[in-house]
Amino acid sequence: MRRLTPYLLALPSWMWLGIFLVVPMAAMASVSLQTGNAIDGFAMTFSFSNYTDALGRYSPQLLRSLLYGGLATGAMLVIGYPVAYWIAFKGGARKSMYLFLLLLPFFVSFVLRTISWGFLLADDGVLFGPLKSWGVLPAGFHVLATTFAVVGGLTYNFLPFMILPIYVALERVDPRVIEAAYDLYASRTAAFRRVVLPLSLPGVFAGVLMTFVPATADPVNAQILGGTSNTMIGNIIQTQYLTNLDYPTASALSFTLMAVLLVGIFIYAKALGTENVLEAAAR
Amino acid sequence: MRGRGLGDRLLHVYTWLIIVWLSSPIAVMILFGFNDKKSKSNTTWQGFTLKWYGQLFDISDLTVALRNSLVIALVSTLITVVIGTMLGLAIGRYRFRGQGVTNFLVFAAISTPELVMGASLLSLFVSGNVPRDANTIIVSHVLFSLSFVVVTVRARVIVLDPALEEAAKDLGATSWGTFRQVTLPSILPGVLAGAMLSFALSIDDYVVTSFVNGSTVTFPLWIVGSVKTGIPPQVNVMGTLIFGIGVLIAIATSVTARRRA
Repeated sequence: MRRLTPYLLALPSWMWLGIFLVVPMAAMASVSLQTGNAIDGFAMTFSFSNYTDALGRYSPQLLRSLLYGGLATGAMLVIGYPVAYWIAFKGGARKSMYLFLLLLPFFVSFVLRTISWGFLLADDGVLFGPLKSWGVLPAGFHVLATTFAVVGGLTYNFLPFMILPIYVALERVDPRVIEAAYDLYASRTAAFRRVVLPLSLPGVFAGVLMTFVPATADPVNAQILGGTSNTMIGNIIQTQYLTNLDYPTASALSFTLMAVLLVGIFIYAKALGTENVLEAAAR
Repeated sequence: MRGRGLGDRLLHVYTWLIIVWLSSPIAVMILFGFNDKKSKSNTTWQGFTLKWYGQLFDISDLTVALRNSLVIALVSTLITVVIGTMLGLAIGRYRFRGQGVTNFLVFAAISTPELVMGASLLSLFVSGNVPRDANTIIVSHVLFSLSFVVVTVRARVIVLDPALEEAAKDLGATSWGTFRQVTLPSILPGVLAGAMLSFALSIDDYVVTSFVNGSTVTFPLWIVGSVKTGIPPQVNVMGTLIFGIGVLIAIATSVTARRRA
């Protein structure tokens, strides 16, 4: 009986993960090779052309998603690193208060946050309305429905996921190591570049992973802030699945997206060195 | 590192600017819940009122959506906490066959993009002719919350001294008695953290739910659906109340945790 305990404890989760995570992936792989339509049903025809067709039609949106995801991740890194640095080294007794304030937005629904953001940026909204009537901005000025709005929205929504892992890595840096660098006549820049930055890389790695994947695959920001010319792959997949009921195309696109992200993560992990990956994964 | 230089002061100001930036949409959301709007859209400030708080439940679809979200969050959290705690115990305490695969699946469930998860679940339900309703939403919410409970519980199980449980057994406690009186109280903070996380993830979810909802509408789905026609102030009020309750719970939890420590 005792030897069976771990298996009995794990069984319900195994079933859940098996039936609702593994089997659906297989179902999606199968659907992506079928042909047919929603009314007459779909049949397995092993039509790998679903993939080439889908990519032929939607590669601009796929590339745009990777670009937007990459731009947002870069922006988060540049914006977030100094914040994590300051809180880790200068936050003092108030560290947890600052972290709490950074996490405050998460107490509001993701969708509602994005809409509020769109509301702030609205053409005649609380921000631009007065500026336009005072003549500071030209009447035709707008931010909504631009690339900037979508990338900005992604940056806004996922920024805390970049700051937290970097903060955790920096928080662990022993201040005496940095003192030692100064004692050895390192300038502030040199101490940062050669001591602090390398020690924070596992945090940067985790932060990039935690933000790039969800930002690239996010359909909400493009839908709410992007207008018609900034459609991302997430919006296409949603439309194909839910409006057009073109399940094979949608499945093929989902699989391609996942494959591209997996390959991207792999290359990225290789480039940064496997130890960093393992270290980041161990946290 | 030495003294408080100009750079440090600039970074201090910068950190506050980022905090203000992150909080500004929330401030606007709260503020426009008090807007006495006359026109159809709620985009310009027209005076202070509390009437939307009084008319909170006047839009019946929205009220149904919020109630659906709460029920789904409660039920899925309950299921997730039970099976997630069990798996967290199994992984944290025992060595068993299939542990590597289990760890991989737990990691995969966290790292699969929501969009792919939703799409694959819909593929399954379509292939199996499963009708989409509140049940399929609950199933999928358990799926994406499960790993978070497993991870938080496991973290507590690892630091729990097995000698305590041995002692309880030596003193004649049954397995169940040991679990209820020794194991559970020591891992409870992890279980509660996991429960709060999965409740928050469930009530917040839009992407996965949009694939598996059928005709059932949740709070986030209702909001996205009404973007075109204009978000009514009641949504701002509900968002404000959820925000307030969430913040209160978080503060209360951290205060009690500090007292205990």
